[in-house]
Amino acid sequence: MPSPRLAALLIAAALPCAGLAQQDTQKEVERYRQLLAEGNPADLFEAKGEELWKARRGPKNASLEQCDLGLGAGVVKGAFAHLPRYFADTDRVQDMESRIVTCMVTLQGFTPEQAMKNPFSAPGRPSDMEALASYVAGESKGMKLDTPLAHPKEVEAFRVGEQLFYRRAGPHDFACVSCHGDNGKRIRLQDLPKLTDPNDAQKIFTTWPAYRVSQGSVRTMQHRLYDCYWQMRHPQLDYASEASIALEVFMAKYANGGEIRAPGLKR
Amino acid sequence: MDMGKRGFLRAGGALALVATGLLRPLRAFAQQWNKAAFETKGIAATLKALGGSGSTESAQIQITAPDIAENGAVVPITIESAIPRTQSIAILIEKNPTTLSASFDIPDGTDPFITTRVKMAETSNIYAVVRADGKYFHAAKEIKVTLGGCGG
Amino acid sequence: MAEPMRIRANMTGDKVEVRVLMAHEMETGQRKDGSGKLVPAHFIQNVTVTCTGRTVLSAQWGTSISKNPFMHFRFKGGKPGDKVTISWVDNKGERRTDEAVIAGG
Repeated sequence: MPSPRLAALLIAAALPCAGLAQQDTQKEVERYRQLLAEGNPADLFEAKGEELWKARRGPKNASLEQCDLGLGAGVVKGAFAHLPRYFADTDRVQDMESRIVTCMVTLQGFTPEQAMKNPFSAPGRPSDMEALASYVAGESKGMKLDTPLAHPKEVEAFRVGEQLFYRRAGPHDFACVSCHGDNGKRIRLQDLPKLTDPNDAQKIFTTWPAYRVSQGSVRTMQHRLYDCYWQMRHPQLDYASEASIALEVFMAKYANGGEIRAPGLKR
Repeated sequence: MDMGKRGFLRAGGALALVATGLLRPLRAFAQQWNKAAFETKGIAATLKALGGSGSTESAQIQITAPDIAENGAVVPITIESAIPRTQSIAILIEKNPTTLSASFDIPDGTDPFITTRVKMAETSNIYAVVRADGKYFHAAKEIKVTLGGCGG
Repeated sequence: MAEPMRIRANMTGDKVEVRVLMAHEMETGQRKDGSGKLVPAHFIQNVTVTCTGRTVLSAQWGTSISKNPFMHFRFKGGKPGDKVTISWVDNKGERRTDEAVIAGG
C-alpha cells in the first residue's frame, strides 16, 4: 500500500476532471508545449552526435561508422526502430545505448568503463552518449517502432521486464505500475501514460530520447528509467544493465506501431 | 599587395592592430552592451534606463506566449509590432532579478517580429517595449510559471 | 571553441525567414554548483545577423535568455543562394560565427 500521502495524490489525480478550470490549464500546458516545438535544442545534440559518430577516436583511432546496430554494419538509418533486440555477437538483448557502448569497445578500443563513464550530462560536463543517442534515434524519425519478440532471449527479457514493471518494492512500496498502470493519471501538471495501453505507449515511448528543458539537455530512455528508479526510492538502476534493457523490451511491445518522433522535446 | 619587406610589415602591423581591437575592420562589429539597463529591477527603473520613461500602452504590439509555462527556464515568446517605423523591441520580465531580458534593433527591411525563449523566475508580467520613430510604447502579458511534476 | 549554431533560412514570399538555435550555457551567475559555489555568469551579450553585407538584426542579451538560445525573425532583401551570417559574443569574449545559405521558398 503506497504511503497515505502519495496514495492521496495519485487518487486525486485519477479522479475525472473537476470543472472547466482543470481543462483550461491542460489546454494552456498543451499550448506551451506546442510553442516550444519549433527549434528543438535536440538538433544541436543530433549534429554533435553525427560528428562524434564519424570521428576517429579511442585507442584504435576508428570511427563508429562500421557499427552494427542490428541492420548490419554501417547501417544507422532505421536501426533505432528495431531496438531493443537480440545480438548474436554479444549473445544478449541490447538497446540503442548499450549497443553504442559495444561498438565503442569493439571498434574504437575503449574499455566498457571508459565508454560508460559519463552517460548523463551535467552543466559544463556534456555527455557524448546523449549526442550519439540523439543522432542514432533521429535517423529513425518518422518510422514505426517495430521491435522483435521472437528470440528466446527477447522473450525472456520481456518477462523479466514485466516482473520488474509490476513488482512493488522500496520504502514507498512503489512499482512502475503505481504511476503508469492506469489511464488519466497525472502528477501535478505532468500526465502519466499508461504504459501497457498502446494508445498511450505508442505516442509517448517513441518521443525518447528527448531534450528536457528542465534538465537543459537531451535525456535518453536509460536516464528516464534511472530517474524513475530514483523517484521510487528503489536501488540505483545501473546504466545499460540487463534490468534496464528488460524494462525497455517490455515497454516497447506496447509501443510498437507508434511513430518515432525522437529526439523529442519535453518539460 | 606590396610583398617587399616594408609592405609585409605594414600588412602584419595592420593585422596585429585588428587583433587587439584597436583598428577595426570597416564593418565594425557593434559591441555595445547597455550594462546599466541590464542591471535594473522593475519596469519603471528599466524603462528609465532604456530612455523610455514616457512609454504609452499600445494595442498594436502583440505578445504571443502561453498563459502557463510548465518550466520557467524556457518560456517561448513572440512579439510583433504593427507600429510604423519600429526601431527596436525589448523584452522586460517584471519580477526577474534583473528585468531587462533582451533588446533587438530592427533595421529597415526587417520585420518588427521576434520569437525567442526567456527565463522567468516566477509568475510575472512580461512587457514588450517598442521604440518607434523615437517614441516608446509597450504591451504586457502575465505568464504563470509552474514547476511541472516529476517524470517527463 | 563553442559548438556550431543550427541555422535554417528560407524564403517565405519575398521575405527571408530565419530560425537559429545556438549552443550556449547562458549561465545566470545565480546557480550554485555541487559544492555550493556560485557558477559565474556566462552568457551571450551581442548577436548580429548580416546578409549580403547588411546588418538585418542586432541584439543585446542578458542572462535571462534561455539556455541553448533560439531566435526566429524575418527580413527583406535576401534571395535563395545568398548567405545569412550570424555572430555572437559572450561576456567572456568568446565568439562564434556561422552562416547558412538561403533555401528557396
